[in-house]
Amino acid sequence: MKLQVKNVHKSFGHTKVLNGISLDVAEGEMTCLIGASGSGKSTLLRCINLLEPVDDGEIWLDGAEIADPALDPQPIRQRIGIVFQSFNLFPHMTAEENVMLAPRRIFKTSRDALRPTVEELFDRFGLKDRMHHYPDQLSGGQQQRVAIVRALAMKPEIMLFDEITSALDPELVNEVLQVLKSLKQDGMTMVLATHEMAFARDVADKVCFLDKGSILEQGTPADIFSNPRQERTRDFLARVLGPR
Amino acid sequence: MSDSNKGPTRRQAHERKLKRRSMILAAISTSVVVAALVILIPLTPGWERVKQSFFNWDIVVRTFPKLLNAFLLDVAIFAWSVPLIAALGLAIALARDVRDPVFYPLRLFGILYTDIFRGVPVVLVVYLIGFGIPGLGLQRPFNSPYLWGTVALVLTYAAYVAEIFRSGIESIHASQRNAALSLGMSPSDTMRFVILPQAIRRVVPAQMNILIALQKDVALLSFIGPVEIFRQAGVFKSLLASFTPYVVAAAIFLVVTIPATRLADHMLAKQNRARS
Repeated sequence: MKLQVKNVHKSFGHTKVLNGISLDVAEGEMTCLIGASGSGKSTLLRCINLLEPVDDGEIWLDGAEIADPALDPQPIRQRIGIVFQSFNLFPHMTAEENVMLAPRRIFKTSRDALRPTVEELFDRFGLKDRMHHYPDQLSGGQQQRVAIVRALAMKPEIMLFDEITSALDPELVNEVLQVLKSLKQDGMTMVLATHEMAFARDVADKVCFLDKGSILEQGTPADIFSNPRQERTRDFLARVLGPR
Repeated sequence: MSDSNKGPTRRQAHERKLKRRSMILAAISTSVVVAALVILIPLTPGWERVKQSFFNWDIVVRTFPKLLNAFLLDVAIFAWSVPLIAALGLAIALARDVRDPVFYPLRLFGILYTDIFRGVPVVLVVYLIGFGIPGLGLQRPFNSPYLWGTVALVLTYAAYVAEIFRSGIESIHASQRNAALSLGMSPSDTMRFVILPQAIRRVVPAQMNILIALQKDVALLSFIGPVEIFRQAGVFKSLLASFTPYVVAAAIFLVVTIPATRLADHMLAKQNRARS
């Protein structure tokens, strides 16, 4: 397994957000986390990236435990890319500078040495003419694609996406989802928290339904969407997909 | 609906009328007040004396060149203090944000420092440092009032500047920090390349106001020796038995501080517009 989450617990104050969650992600697979707001999808992703320390349980990446509080989180975070709902680009830097900052500082690579790779990424995701724009000169969809490029420039082994289309105007959602499809073809291991049910059904390898901080049901998209076994999964899907 | 090209709409006409009325009212009330001042003040018993000692044109003409020259010293002290204040202020602000327990003394120092130097009147700091330290019997150039006066200003103003930098750092949303950390960047690189550049830009107008206050407080150094504009005006006062040099000095300050204040206000307004 590329990534294994084992019995992870996380509380904020007295609110239990993750309640003994376990998840296996195989190399090259796309896993979609679905569930209502507050079910713990985002928190799980932030815990995997070590932005939130877990209270209890283990997270293994490539056969090594990473959630040990004694470890330095920096080198681990470099291997795990994450993209946020609200883009979080650095507003005082151009798109290109946003992408180059981390590799320049961490790998001590020069701008010139980075440029070919970065240009290729921008080109690949249709952003070549936007490299020298500042974030506030870009549409939401463009900003989110730059954020994805920024994470990819660190050459991560796994990518996490935290509801990356939720803040976008509907007509911009597709251009971002296309990027995910393209990454899947590359064989990138990905975990998505998403409300895009149609996308999850068509593209994901595995779908997990989260409820109250644990995974209530998981399986192939066909299992979950066409044949959900749990009452709560059926309820949730009926609510988001509407009557059929 | 598209009657707008035939003339003002009903609302535009109404607003124009209101605007004209308020301008007329403002003009009338202002002229009444100004007229009252112009007529009433010269009727006071002491007016002739005040006019003689504070607004004597001959003395203005005689003292202006030397006062302006002395003001250049104020400007010089201001100019070499500003970079020192900025550097020390930023260092103190960063010291107060250090989380590593090893550096706790640094944090404690930052807290004590800002508490002390924001709590003591500038003039007292100038006196204590300006007379106290040369009193140790130091040799030239270490007994210079310029040196210790500058130190007093830098220490005091760095405390205010540090607090403003800190408020700027705290105003940057946590998601920026998370975005940088999630890429694997170190906390210090995150501060240096992501948080600080945004924070400093955000507090520029507030820091401008501090600089304007500093420009005026440079005059406090006159108490410990340097013949800057305030002291030069005092010399003229004794020599000519007139307060007019003080009025000239005040006017010279205003020529610098009013445009600077307007610039700061303008920058702040622009920033508020950009953020809303």
